[in-house]
Amino acid sequence: MRGCALSYEFDFSFLNDYLPELWHGIWLTLGMTVVSIVPGFALGTGCAVGRLYGPPWVQRLVTIYVEGIRNTPLIIQVFWLFFGLAVLQVRVGPFPAAVIALVINVGAYTAEIMRAGLQSIPKGQLEAAACLALKPSQSLWSVQIPQAVERVYPALVSQFVLMMLATSIMSQISAEELTGVAYMIQSFTFRGFEVYLVIAGIYLVMSCLLRLTLLGVAQVSFPRRRRLGTPL
Amino acid sequence: MNIAASPQRATEIQNMTRSDTPLVRFQGVRKSFGELEVLKGIDLEVKSGEVVALIGRSGSGKSTALRCVNGLERINAGELTVCGRTLHDGKVDLRDLRQDVGIVFQSYNLFPHLTVEQNVTLAPRKVHRIGAKEARELSDQVLAQVGLSDKAKNYPEQLSGGQQQRVAIARSLAMRPKLILFDEVTSALDPELTGEVLRVIAKLAAEGMTMMLVTHEMAFARSVADQIVFMHQGRIWESGKGDMLEDPQTPELRQFVGNGL
Amino acid sequence: MFGLTIEQIAFIFRGAGWTIVLSLLGFVGGTILGLPVALARASRRRSLRTGSGLFVQLVQGIPLPVIMFVVYFGISIGGYDVPALVAAGIAMTLYSSAYLGEIWRGCIQAVPKTQWEAGECLALTNTQRFVFVILPQALRIAVPPTVGFLVQIVKNTSYAVVIGFFDLTYSAKVINNSTFMPFTVFTLAALIYFAICFPMSVLARRFERRLSRS
Ligand SMILES: Nc1ncnc2c1ncn2[C@@H]1O[C@H](COP(=O)(O)OP(=O)(O)OP(=O)(O)O)[C@@H](O)[C@H]1O
Ligand SMILES: [Mg+2]
Repeated sequence: MRGCALSYEFDFSFLNDYLPELWHGIWLTLGMTVVSIVPGFALGTGCAVGRLYGPPWVQRLVTIYVEGIRNTPLIIQVFWLFFGLAVLQVRVGPFPAAVIALVINVGAYTAEIMRAGLQSIPKGQLEAAACLALKPSQSLWSVQIPQAVERVYPALVSQFVLMMLATSIMSQISAEELTGVAYMIQSFTFRGFEVYLVIAGIYLVMSCLLRLTLLGVAQVSFPRRRRLGTPL
Repeated sequence: MNIAASPQRATEIQNMTRSDTPLVRFQGVRKSFGELEVLKGIDLEVKSGEVVALIGRSGSGKSTALRCVNGLERINAGELTVCGRTLHDGKVDLRDLRQDVGIVFQSYNLFPHLTVEQNVTLAPRKVHRIGAKEARELSDQVLAQVGLSDKAKNYPEQLSGGQQQRVAIARSLAMRPKLILFDEVTSALDPELTGEVLRVIAKLAAEGMTMMLVTHEMAFARSVADQIVFMHQGRIWESGKGDMLEDPQTPELRQFVGNGL
Repeated sequence: MFGLTIEQIAFIFRGAGWTIVLSLLGFVGGTILGLPVALARASRRRSLRTGSGLFVQLVQGIPLPVIMFVVYFGISIGGYDVPALVAAGIAMTLYSSAYLGEIWRGCIQAVPKTQWEAGECLALTNTQRFVFVILPQALRIAVPPTVGFLVQIVKNTSYAVVIGFFDLTYSAKVINNSTFMPFTVFTLAALIYFAICFPMSVLARRFERRLSRS
């Protein structure tokens, strides 16, 4: 069948027929993202601290982890984990496997961001904390980490949005997230173009929402910013 | 400029609180950074309740001497005793020491993400483990001491330089130190703000706080300090009471005073 | 070797070859389209700024696999049967141009304003000023982040697996399906990706350090 694109008739009727599936896909995508953010951030922050202040063997270990993850594609990491676990007879569903992979992945990127944040804190702050008899751990927790997060927050937001977009390959391990649902719909309707246009629009909206939500979180967590009205 | 609140009262209190064992004792203290020897044998005693002003040209080792006192710099030779602890044997618990020795920096170094009250109470809460109510009372009290009771809920950026420096002083006071070190705490301030900070320090002196301060404010040093120490090339070149500035014994101090006044 | 036959390993390396081909396509296409995007983003004309800004926001808000699908199905509604390489190449071009455009905009704008004014004094036209004064300086700033983004391009070509493009990821998946040795196969694939990406990461960092020192 040959024709020119202009004569192509768009058909969005699948929207009606597959609405529940689409919603399900959206929830799964959002769920994966939200569940991965906090542990991913914690892992990354821990690694940043380990790389900056840990004993040499910890520093080396973290470096290997961070460089290894950042220089290989997420899909390969996901396949490695998911098919690897299957061979080891460990029964893990696609959703937990996806979340584990995302946490490990985003942890490495967060580690680099947080390391930069921690390094950007003026020496005087650390000196002041030490001179007030705070333990290194107290100084980290009350002085360094809060300031580092404030400084690199925009980069963290971008990273988490990227992570949400990256969940779109989890259908490769049969997690029925949004892109997976789209594939299923197009295989029934043969309306691939329309389906993916709609899906693209949904992702756009979701990235905006995620960005706004994370900025809202910042407004609450950094009261100094709110009071002074300085945009992050 | 008469900054000391009441010189007579100050002397009275000092006489009362002063005991014979010095709070700080330098004996032949040496300190090098690599090849560069910055302290070349310092001997100095600071008694309880005493105010000692360190003066001298840039690079003469004043800050280094001060920073040795709370262990920010390790000494290489000699003996240094601070609040009954020996700092030269390397076994001193710095955190323990720093509960007794406060320090105020030229650049304030307040925590920008915390309010004034949180800045002041962070260490007492974490280190002395005081409760929320006690922390609030403590904050009220030390902020009143530096005249900033109304700024408790503000963030450092919302304050002038002089106010920030007073918060930094309050933050030190909140740890109830036996000794406070001041390193050129007014150098970043314009004259008007300098005055308000110096008044706070003078008041603390009058109340009997033991202090070591590095300063370029000669008039202030003369009026507040019990002992002035002129450092030159890593040595104590001359030291004495406030009036030693009027009658310098060495050409170096004469030249320094000539430039400074 | 490691339980894989020579043929299987060769198969994986053939995939790696296509990964490099697609990366180059993405980079070249991304450069060709990304330059005008950067210029438009840094332009003084508001309409150009908004238009290119929308394009960047659009691409950065949609997952690359979805872009691949849209391009893939978009071309095929014309009734054309496209090789996956073409669809993936176009998708990578769109994707890279948005990111490169944004990176380069930053570089153009990082050149101090005074440089424009200096060009004005020399009585150069706008174009001349841009080409002879701004561009050389912007290029210097642009090298480290561009090399860094190359790493992203190489890694992200792996998303082309969703439209069935035969690359390193695809070949590894095929071999895994027939051998059931995921650790061996995907570790090998990961090592190959690493061998391509890591040197570029190191290079990018080294350039960056050199730049910040000067
Ligand atoms: N951490 C360090 N590493 C190397 N050299 C240092 C260090 N700290 C200080 N110095 C050097 O030691 C010397 C004395 O420095 P110090 O800060 O004690 O002088 P100062 O009398 O406080 O001068 P200023 O009035 O400029 O503050 C200077 O030559 C300085 O360059
Ligand atoms: Mg100094």
